[in-house]
Amino acid sequence: MAVRPEAAVGNVAGSSKLGGEANGTAEAKPSEQRDHVVIRFAGDSGDGMQLVGMQFTTESALAGNDIATLPDFPAEIRAPAGTLAGVSGFQLNFSSSEIFTPGDEPDVLVAMNPAGLAANLEDLHPNGVLIVDKDAFSDSNLKRAGYSSNPLTDHSLDKYQLFQIEITRLTALAVHDLGLSNREAFRCRNFYTLGLLSWLYQRPIESTVAWIEGRFKKTPELLDANMRSFRAGYNFGETAEMFVSSYKVGPARIAPGFYRNITGNSATALGFVAAAIKAGRPLFLGSYPITPASEVLHELSGYKNFPVYTFQAEDEIAGVGAAIGAAFGGAIGITTTSGPGLDLKAEAIGLAVKTELPLVITDVQRAGPSTGMPTKPEQADLLTAMYGRHGESPIPIIAAATPSDCFDCAYEAVRIAVKYMTPVILLTDGQLANGAEPWVVPDPDKLAPIKVEFATDPNGFMPYTRDEKTLSRPWAIPGTPGLEHRIGGLSSENLTGNVSYSPANNELMVRLRARKIAGIAREIPPTEIFGDPDGSDLVVLGWGSTFGPIREAVKQLRAKGRKVSQVHLRYLNPLPPDLGEVLHRFKKVMVAELNMGQLLKMVRAEYLIDAIGCNKIQGRPFKVSELTGRIGRALEG
Amino acid sequence: MATALSRKDFVSDQEVRWCPGCGDYAILAQVQKTMPELGIARENIVFISGIGCSSRFPYYMNTYGFHTIHGRAPALATGLKVTRPDLDVWVVTGDGDALSIGGNHFIHVLRRNVDLKILLFNNRIYGLTKGQYSPTSEVGKITKSTPMGSVDFPFNALSLGLGAHSSFVARSIDVEQKHLGEMLKRAHAHRGSAFIEILQNCNIFNDGAFDDVSDKQIKAEHQLILEHGKPLIFGKNRDKGIRMNGMRPEVVKLGGEFTEKDLVVHDETNFPSAFMLANFEAPMPTPLGVFYAVARPTFDGAMNKQLGDAKTKMGAGDIKALLHRGDTWTVN
Repeated sequence: MAVRPEAAVGNVAGSSKLGGEANGTAEAKPSEQRDHVVIRFAGDSGDGMQLVGMQFTTESALAGNDIATLPDFPAEIRAPAGTLAGVSGFQLNFSSSEIFTPGDEPDVLVAMNPAGLAANLEDLHPNGVLIVDKDAFSDSNLKRAGYSSNPLTDHSLDKYQLFQIEITRLTALAVHDLGLSNREAFRCRNFYTLGLLSWLYQRPIESTVAWIEGRFKKTPELLDANMRSFRAGYNFGETAEMFVSSYKVGPARIAPGFYRNITGNSATALGFVAAAIKAGRPLFLGSYPITPASEVLHELSGYKNFPVYTFQAEDEIAGVGAAIGAAFGGAIGITTTSGPGLDLKAEAIGLAVKTELPLVITDVQRAGPSTGMPTKPEQADLLTAMYGRHGESPIPIIAAATPSDCFDCAYEAVRIAVKYMTPVILLTDGQLANGAEPWVVPDPDKLAPIKVEFATDPNGFMPYTRDEKTLSRPWAIPGTPGLEHRIGGLSSENLTGNVSYSPANNELMVRLRARKIAGIAREIPPTEIFGDPDGSDLVVLGWGSTFGPIREAVKQLRAKGRKVSQVHLRYLNPLPPDLGEVLHRFKKVMVAELNMGQLLKMVRAEYLIDAIGCNKIQGRPFKVSELTGRIGRALEG
Repeated sequence: MATALSRKDFVSDQEVRWCPGCGDYAILAQVQKTMPELGIARENIVFISGIGCSSRFPYYMNTYGFHTIHGRAPALATGLKVTRPDLDVWVVTGDGDALSIGGNHFIHVLRRNVDLKILLFNNRIYGLTKGQYSPTSEVGKITKSTPMGSVDFPFNALSLGLGAHSSFVARSIDVEQKHLGEMLKRAHAHRGSAFIEILQNCNIFNDGAFDDVSDKQIKAEHQLILEHGKPLIFGKNRDKGIRMNGMRPEVVKLGGEFTEKDLVVHDETNFPSAFMLANFEAPMPTPLGVFYAVARPTFDGAMNKQLGDAKTKMGAGDIKALLHRGDTWTVN
C-alpha cells in the first residue's frame, strides 16, 4: 500500500543486486506481462509455508512491486500432519499498480498436500493456476484430508490449470548425495517450491540466496541442501516442458523514497523504540507471551542497547503492573497483549488512569470471545478498550490502519501518553501484526517531538496540580529531593493527592480526568474524506485493518460512477471533533468493521446518526467483493 | 543529608487510620525509626503496597510511595527497581495480599531475586474486609465466611518463600521492637529479594493469634531466636535446645543427658535447615530471626548488565540505523 495515486513514476534501484543471472537465463522462455498476481501458498503447518511466503514477499518488494500479504495459520504449532486443521496458508498480492488488500481470491494456489488443496480450492478462480506436489497425494494423505477419490485423477480439477509436479521426489534428488535423512530432505521442499515460483514470476532471487546463507551459516549441510533445492526448483521451471512461459509483474509506480518491507508487529516495536529515543527515556516493556502479539516482545528483546528493557512477566497482570512501576520511575512503560490479556490487565489500567501515569497498552486483537481463534483477526475489542474497566476511566484509543501505520500509531500513542500523563490503548490486529507491506522509512529527525519534563522544584509542589492547557499533572519521579509524595488507587484530593472520600471532590476529579482526555481532540487533524469532500450518497466509516478492503471497494464503486466515499479513523477516543459534521454531509453512513457493530454503537450514540452496520465475525478480513455488494445494496435500499 | 535525618523526618502528614491497638502501629514506628539508620537519602526510598490494612503503610511514610492494586505490588516494584536500580524499594503486603490474590507475583519475585525488601504483615485474617479467614488461617477457623470453620489448609509463608528459593527469609513480630529493627537492617543490607514475615496482631478480628510468642509471661518458652553460628537454645532459663534425632529435630532439656554440643548450630546458608525451621509446629518453638540468607545474582542487576553489555557490544542505540535494517531499496 506504499503507492499513492499522486506518486511519480519511479525507477527501482535495489540495494541488493537485482535482475541478475537467474533472471537472464529465464529469458530463454517467453514471458507474459501481468498487472498483479495473487498467490496463496498452502501446506502443512510444518511445511514452512510462512517462510516461503515471507521470502517471496521480500523478493517481490525488491522487484519494486506494491505488495500486501495475509498470513493465515492455525494456532496449533503442529496439528496432526496432513489434516485440514493443520493447514497453514500465506497469501500475497504483488502488483505493478497500487493495491490495498492481499486480494480476495488467489490467481495461483500452491498446495503442498491434499489438505492444503481441500482447505483452499474453493477460493481459487476458475482457470486459476493450481500447482501441487503430486508425491504428497498418497492414499493416506487423501484420506486424512477427507478425499474419497484422488482429485488429481478424477477430473474434479479440470476447470483449473493444474500443474502436477513431483516436488518431494525432485527435492530428494537434488540433495540425494548430502547424506540427509529422509525427513531432512523432505523439509527442503519449501525452498524447491520457492525456487519454482521465483522463476515463474521472474523474481530477483539474491535476497533469498543471502537469507539461506545467513540462516544456515552454522549448518553447512543444511545450507547446501536448501540452496540446492531452491536452485533446482528455479531450474525446473526454466527447463521442464511444463510451463509455456513465465510471467512478469513490473515495478509499481511507487513514490520516491527509501523503502523496506515491514510487518505490523515489527512496525509497532520500532515505533515504540523511536518514541522512547525521542523522549530521551528508556523503554520498558512488561509482557506475557500471547498470540498474535508475541513478536513485539521478541523484537524489542533484541534492542537492549537503546536501552530497551523487556520483562517477560509471570502473567498479563504482572506485565502491565511492571510497566506502571517503570513509568512511576520515569521510563516509557508499555505492555503488549491480545484480547484475553486486555481483560486481565483491566484493573491495572484503571490504576494508571487514576494515578495519571503514562502507559501504552497494545492490543493485537484476535477473534474471540474467550480463547476464540488466536491466530485470526477481529476488531471486537473496541468497546472493551473504551469501557472495559470499572468506574469512570476514559482512555485515549488509537488504531492502526495498515502494517506500516503501526509505526506511526505506536509513536503517537507514546507521545499522547507522556504529554497527557495517561494510559493509551493502541489497537492493531492479527492481520496487521503478521501482514507486510512496503514502508517508506521515516526520517527520525522529522518525527514529532516528544517532550519529557520531570518536576524538580519542591517549591509548592503537589502531585495533582495541572497544566493549564493539557490538564496533565506533573511527572514527579522518585529520586527527586523534596518531591516525596504518595499516589494510589484510592480516591484522592485535588492538588494534594491525599486520600479523600469527599463526594464533591470525587466528582471533581472524575470530571477533570474526563476533560483531560476529551481535550486531546484539539490535536486531532481535520478528518480526511476519500471521495466527495462535500458529501454525497454514502460514506463508509471504518477503523483499523479494514482500511485496505474499504478503500479498494470504494475505488471500484467510484470507477462505476457511484457516489461513495470513505472516512477512516485513527483516533477512536476521543473521536475527531469534526467527525459528526463530516458524517452529516452524507445521505447514508455505513460503518464497516469486523465485529457486531461496536463503532456503529459509538457513532449512533455520539452523533444520533442512523448509521448502517456492515459486519463480519469470521476471523477473516473483508473481501472487496463483499463490501462492494453490501455498499451497493445500501445505496439501493 | 541522610545521616542528619531522624524518625520524625519519615513521618508523613497523614493521619494514621488503623484501628487503635493494631500491631501495624508498632511496625510503622519501627520502620520509621530504622530508616534514618540506613543512611539512604529520603528521596531515594520508595514504599509500594497492594491492598489491605497493611497496604495503607506508604501513606504514613514521608518517602515516595505507591498504594497499588490487590496483590500486584511485587510486579510494580519489579518494573521500578529494574529501571531505577538507584532506588531503595520496599514492598509492604499482607497474608491475603501476598499469599492469596498476589500469590503468583509473590513467588515469582522471590525466585527472580529482584532487589526488593518485602515486609509481609501476617495476622492470619482479612481485616480490611472485616474478618474472613486468610490463606494463613488455621484449619477450622470460625469467621464470617466460615461459620462452621474453614476447611482450607493454610500456607506457611516462610516455607512458601523458601520453596521459591528466596535468597533471604526472616521472621519477626510486631511487639519485639529491637528484633524487628535488626531484621529490617539485615534485610536492607541483603542484595536481592529480602522477605520478612512479620507476625502481627489484629486485635479486632483475630486477637491473640500470636500470644504464645508475644505474651511476656510465656513467650520465652515458645520463641526460638535464631543467630548464625550459635546453637538453637530457648526457654526462660535457656535450658532447652534443638537437636537432630536422625533426620528429625527434637526439643531436648539441657543439663542432663544433653549439652550444648549436642544441639543444632544455626547456619543461615543451609537451605534444608532453613526449610526445617520454617516448618516447626507445636510442640516445637516458633523461630524468629534470619532463617536463610545467601548471595545470588539479582534480577535487576543481571538485566542491567545485559543492557550494559549490549551497549558495549553494539554501541548506543541508533534509531536511523535501526529503521534502515533488513532488505531495503530506494526508489528515485
